[in-house]
Amino acid sequence: MAQVTLSNVKKVYAGGVEAVKGVSFDIPDGGFCVLVGPSGCGKSTLLRMVAGLETITSGEVAIGSRVVNQVEPADRDIAMVFQNYALYPHMNIYDNMAYGLRNRGTPKDEIDRRVKEAARILAIEPYLERRPRQLSGGQRQRVAMGRAIVRNPQVFLFDEPLSNLDAKLRVQMRVEIKKLQRSLGVTAIYVTHDQVEAMTLSDKLVVMNAGQVEQIGLPAEVYRKPASKFVATFIGSPPMNILPGVVDGHGIVALGDTVLQAHDLRDDLPAQTPVEVGLRPEDVEIVSDDDAGSLPFDVEFVEELGATQLFHGKLAGQPFVMQAATGDVAAQEGRLWITVDPDKVHVFDPKTGARLGKD
Amino acid sequence: MVEDRRLGDAIAYVILTIGVLIVAFPVWLTFVASTWDAATVINGQMPLWPGPYFLENYNRILFVGTSSTTREPVINMMLNSFIMAMAIALGKIFISVLSAYAVVYYRFPFRMTAFWIIFVTLMLPVEVRIFPTFKIVSDLRMLDTYQGLAVPLIASATGTLLFRQFFMTIPDELLEASKIDGAGPFKFFKDTLIPLSITTIAALFVIQFIYGWNQYLWPLLVTTKDSMQTIVIAIKKMIVTADALTEWQLAMATAMLAMLPPVLVVIAMQRLFVKGLVETEK
Repeated sequence: MAQVTLSNVKKVYAGGVEAVKGVSFDIPDGGFCVLVGPSGCGKSTLLRMVAGLETITSGEVAIGSRVVNQVEPADRDIAMVFQNYALYPHMNIYDNMAYGLRNRGTPKDEIDRRVKEAARILAIEPYLERRPRQLSGGQRQRVAMGRAIVRNPQVFLFDEPLSNLDAKLRVQMRVEIKKLQRSLGVTAIYVTHDQVEAMTLSDKLVVMNAGQVEQIGLPAEVYRKPASKFVATFIGSPPMNILPGVVDGHGIVALGDTVLQAHDLRDDLPAQTPVEVGLRPEDVEIVSDDDAGSLPFDVEFVEELGATQLFHGKLAGQPFVMQAATGDVAAQEGRLWITVDPDKVHVFDPKTGARLGKD
Repeated sequence: MVEDRRLGDAIAYVILTIGVLIVAFPVWLTFVASTWDAATVINGQMPLWPGPYFLENYNRILFVGTSSTTREPVINMMLNSFIMAMAIALGKIFISVLSAYAVVYYRFPFRMTAFWIIFVTLMLPVEVRIFPTFKIVSDLRMLDTYQGLAVPLIASATGTLLFRQFFMTIPDELLEASKIDGAGPFKFFKDTLIPLSITTIAALFVIQFIYGWNQYLWPLLVTTKDSMQTIVIAIKKMIVTADALTEWQLAMATAMLAMLPPVLVVIAMQRLFVKGLVETEK
């Protein structure tokens, strides 16, 4: 059990490509940190640097109080779960889990105890004699986790472990991973491009883009107060609507002909400053047409999702999506009048994408 | 299509049977010839069924030999051939698996240069480099030795290429998982790479054993002593005789015996061999 600290970690590949451009954060002991971002954002590279599978160009990675830049992966006291499981195909499940311990010279009865214990926790006891290819994807994933558990490491590293599973199994394994990590109390770093996994698993969410950290925080915090347009559109499904607008006074933005109150807007911006206004599809409320500050939304078609419906259409000439519980709004084309709680209006700088919030 | 199937099957069987007959008939003829006496074979009226001299011919050729041509019992030559073929097959596997491991998994200066040099030797088969190779072997005083027979044929680009291609299909994560599991380079090689390559090794072994067993030109050059000759050379010696009648029944018996070990190797390794050639699963 240990805290993991990254300070100004950089990775430059031989060709001069900067994969990670100076990242600093720390993960408290027993914390579950999720690195999320689009493919190629450097999140896997960062994880692999913590694992010791990539060299660190500059900066420091520390596990506990020990800087591990020059430490071999096997001696970092970590365990890693790979996307394609990376089980040894020629060994049975028992040997797959025991291999690392044998290499460390753990006594035989201790290995046996730990493997059986892990198998019991993961409910893979009946398969110990089988080969990986005789197991289903979900079972293989459990074995891969078992291999991590038996090592009793200080840090668990997960590299998109659920990407190869079908949707239903993914949800189930997600819950199990979280439960397991809680019960073992091991610090975990988890890489994913799936924002649902990121939101549900993490107690520290790190959103990355183009080798840099965009935002670090609690998942709810990142969702409620995205630090940039990138985070705003990346976290949340369906993604946040972004509409061009201008500042129209203190805490007011104008979208075309109508104005909208925005509580979290810097006061020092002169009127007519161009901005981008972010509205989450699920924050939209229906009002009657004579309400002050209501916006006309022309619905073009409706998507049925079961519990909710997605209304696609145009608002102030821009594509716009609204989400509403099924039955709340008649699912038909035509004009709706909508508004958004001023606390839930996000304003971004159109050039830098940064949030133009107070503080 | 159901009604067509029986006819289609019949045609396939007829064609296959004809094929088998064409391939098998000379072998059968060889076997038959090895079971008659010299006079019957030579007068051109040999029957198509085995004769009564099976034990006599094979006994004589295996344990006594022919006095005029090879002057050694065939069992010795089979041993020579076997040692040479085994040394070539195992040596090639050993060297190529190691060189492929180095080329695929290590980042050393001039790695690709080394690989291309190995690759280019494909264009220089034994026949092309035979004189310099002979000179080296002779300078090293390896003429008429097993080393002389086997070592120059061990260097192999084919094996290295085969293993390189195979190693490149093994996912990197396996290496990374090994690293995290605390397996060093040698342990990864021994515990993961070799067990995974076992079918490829078997396939290469079969191919190279037959290649080694069938060598003619090289053994002909480097061996002069009767005690070092290989069975393939012996057959040739028995057939081309200067001042005596060819003892066809003995030459045919030798040919049958020469065929035996490669066939046994193929049969023994067949399951692994076929798997190694067709398997893509990692």
